[in-house]
Amino acid sequence: MDSSEIIVTVAGLVLAAFVIWYFFFSTRQTASAVSSSGGVQEVDITVKGGYSPDVIEVERGKPVQLHFYRDEENSCSEELLMPDFSIRRDLPAFQTTLVELLPQEAGRFDFTCGMGMLRGTLVVK
Amino acid sequence: MSPTSENTETATLDIEGMTCASCAAAVEKSLSRAPGVQSALVNFATEKATVQYLPGQASPSTLKEAVVNAGYGVVERALDTSAADRQAEIDRQKALAYAKLKRRFWVAVGLAAVIMPLSMLMLWPAAMQRVNTQWLNYGLLLLTLPVLLYSGREFYSSAWNGFRHRSANMDTLIAVGTGAAFLYSVAATVAPGFFMRHGLIPEVYYDTTATIIALILLGKLLELRAKTQTSAAIRGLMGLQAKTARVVRPGGQEMDVPIEQVQLGDVVLVRPGEKVATDGVITEGQSAVDEAMLTGESLPVAKKAGDAVFGATLNKTGAFRFRVTKVGADTMLAQIVKLVEDAQGSRAPIQRLADKVSAIFVPTVVVIAILTFVLWFDLAPVATRLPLALTNFVAVLIIACPCALGLATPTAIMVSTGKGAEYGVLIRNAEALEKAHQVNTVLLDKTGTITRGEPTVTDFLTAPGQDAASLLQLVAALERQSEHPLAEAVVRYADAQAAPALPATDFRAIEGKGAAATVNGQAVLIGNQRLLQDENVALPADLLQQSEQLLNQAKTVLYVAVAGQAVAVIGVADVVRETSKAAIQQLQALGIEVVMMTGDNAQTAAKVAAQVGITRYFAEVLPSGKAAKVKELQAEDRTVAMVGDGINDAPALAQADIGLAMGGGTDVAMEAAGITLMRSDLQGVVTAIALSRQTIRTIKQNLFFAFVYNTLGIPIAAGLLYPFFGWLLSPMLAAGAMALSSLSVLTNSLRLKGFAPVSKG
Repeated sequence: MDSSEIIVTVAGLVLAAFVIWYFFFSTRQTASAVSSSGGVQEVDITVKGGYSPDVIEVERGKPVQLHFYRDEENSCSEELLMPDFSIRRDLPAFQTTLVELLPQEAGRFDFTCGMGMLRGTLVVK
Repeated sequence: MSPTSENTETATLDIEGMTCASCAAAVEKSLSRAPGVQSALVNFATEKATVQYLPGQASPSTLKEAVVNAGYGVVERALDTSAADRQAEIDRQKALAYAKLKRRFWVAVGLAAVIMPLSMLMLWPAAMQRVNTQWLNYGLLLLTLPVLLYSGREFYSSAWNGFRHRSANMDTLIAVGTGAAFLYSVAATVAPGFFMRHGLIPEVYYDTTATIIALILLGKLLELRAKTQTSAAIRGLMGLQAKTARVVRPGGQEMDVPIEQVQLGDVVLVRPGEKVATDGVITEGQSAVDEAMLTGESLPVAKKAGDAVFGATLNKTGAFRFRVTKVGADTMLAQIVKLVEDAQGSRAPIQRLADKVSAIFVPTVVVIAILTFVLWFDLAPVATRLPLALTNFVAVLIIACPCALGLATPTAIMVSTGKGAEYGVLIRNAEALEKAHQVNTVLLDKTGTITRGEPTVTDFLTAPGQDAASLLQLVAALERQSEHPLAEAVVRYADAQAAPALPATDFRAIEGKGAAATVNGQAVLIGNQRLLQDENVALPADLLQQSEQLLNQAKTVLYVAVAGQAVAVIGVADVVRETSKAAIQQLQALGIEVVMMTGDNAQTAAKVAAQVGITRYFAEVLPSGKAAKVKELQAEDRTVAMVGDGINDAPALAQADIGLAMGGGTDVAMEAAGITLMRSDLQGVVTAIALSRQTIRTIKQNLFFAFVYNTLGIPIAAGLLYPFFGWLLSPMLAAGAMALSSLSVLTNSLRLKGFAPVSKG
């Protein structure tokens, strides 16, 4: 093994380890819903190559309003799916789309883009 | 809006622009002072105003004016129209995005068409001697830049945005793959000396970069076009909505008003050939209405005063007026649209594995690509190791197609739920659709499903010497006055025979026995045997014999007497629908055992079962015992579909593996059912099961293809076959395969559009 092979091997393994850590094990941005005076839990979510925040905590039994603002034209994020709540919504670019739901059970519910690439989680407590 | 006391109405307005409690007070004041307003209450927290007003003096539009005068606004609440508007806006955006994508694609194709032959020059030594390689590479770089920066920009920005969110998608793979090829080429162009010093040929991959981008854009373009078709059903349903209604004002004048302004209680006129504007009840006139768009029933349905009509259906022959009972989001059409939309957003259990794989797919592929690079670099001969490592790295990234996995299930579900709606089969969610394909036993509730669920005259038998036609006229005249279900059956029978209507006088209903009236100066009696006994009418032997025969056939018998003499007996029964037998045969042909249950006695049950070809049945089942029968079948290890229509079927529908509520069914039954059949016959059950089987087949094909494509494609691109056959995959071929893979999944799902229910046998 010559020196460049050693460099490439080490760099490759480090890079692979970084990819695994970065996408699977690093901590995520979590946001809790803000309850309005009417008892509705509201959360603003920006959609741009992903959802930020992508972990949203809400309380059980209270209506939830998610305001999805899609800050891009990329077709990957044009659809929003929340299968546990039977919601499929088109998100128009550069507009806010309101998604309303009433979580009845506690648990973790994923929401994704139309092809399941972009992911977020609704944590119901 | 609903009438609260005898002459006031209540309106709820959504107020916008209120920032504090005093704003609410101002709105309240302005509303209270408006003419015709009895009381106004504004809730600042919910931003709603509740107003009671006198309909003649105020209207929602004058109320709105009062709010605007106070300096605030009213948000329009016409739910269905805003849904249609939203859809229109989304469609507009999609059309724009498509046009943009097409431009980007053609720029990429045009430049790639120049870059490719120029790159080929290098393979031609005679040409190479005349051309300065250095200058050629700079030229290629200039040509490739627009492909990257204009055509492919979205891949890079999307990958970057995703990276910041710690998410990776298809764009990540394309961006890293093409980016690596491009940056390597730029290095080789700018510093060829560095490469030569290390014993490498400064090769460039501009053609690879440009071609990959062009091919991926082609794939996206075709995919976008196909995807629009998957949601065509919803758009089609929304498009059915009438735009205007011809409202008849109390004064009698007719005016066309936009559908959003039609209110509950309005009377709407419908002429032949026009669409019914919204849901209501016919007040006068009669017609035949084509309800195929809602129920899938191709024959027009006869409608007369008192019958319900539904928005979006098509009036065929006559003109009629109807009173509006539902508007906006409450209409049948809006509810169907909502149901289909909900189903399209739901997740099928079969998708779970694909979902799990999708979640980790892209980072995993990136890791595989990095390892491919390392292995090739370490194992290949020194002179070629860098280009081989690079091209295989790029090929692995480009061939992997997470989209095929992501599209496999949802696209099939979207097409098939839309298709179901077309045939009057409303599927609640993807899980119901998946469950329906496993069904091996269908349990039918006899009344209302196999049979019509309403009494029908089957026999009209007269004593010798009596004229049946004129007798029927007398009987019908009497029964027209009655509201008894059996009387309705007789009237329907008379109408079907086109018996002319006669006037009847002195009508009286005799509780629990029958009715009497005078028709054409003759005293007419109709009722049960006790009525005849009470009225001292003797039953001649031949009529008695006939009535006993009818009773033996489990029919209800009505006795008719004219001027104190028994003259006819009428047999009434709940008859089997014409379509039931054929539908049951088709179910049996699908390999499904059909079981019947009924509250009737064993004798009646056996007759009906034999009539439609059912061998197993449960008789004398109490309404409360229906769910237990479902359990009993499930205990035999069967997957049971329960078909029912009434409220008392709801527990059984819920207990079954899949519940099918039949049209005209109650809301309770529809709530408990996974599938609702808009049409009142068993053909819908066959359609639902056949559709679900075909859909699941399609999904399985899609998932199989997507998994196999990725599990084979990635190792081949990584060069796994090289040691054995010397095969390597060019990144450009990988791009072509990738573009075609998600398209093939989509096309397979779109084949479901060709689904046709088994024809009526």
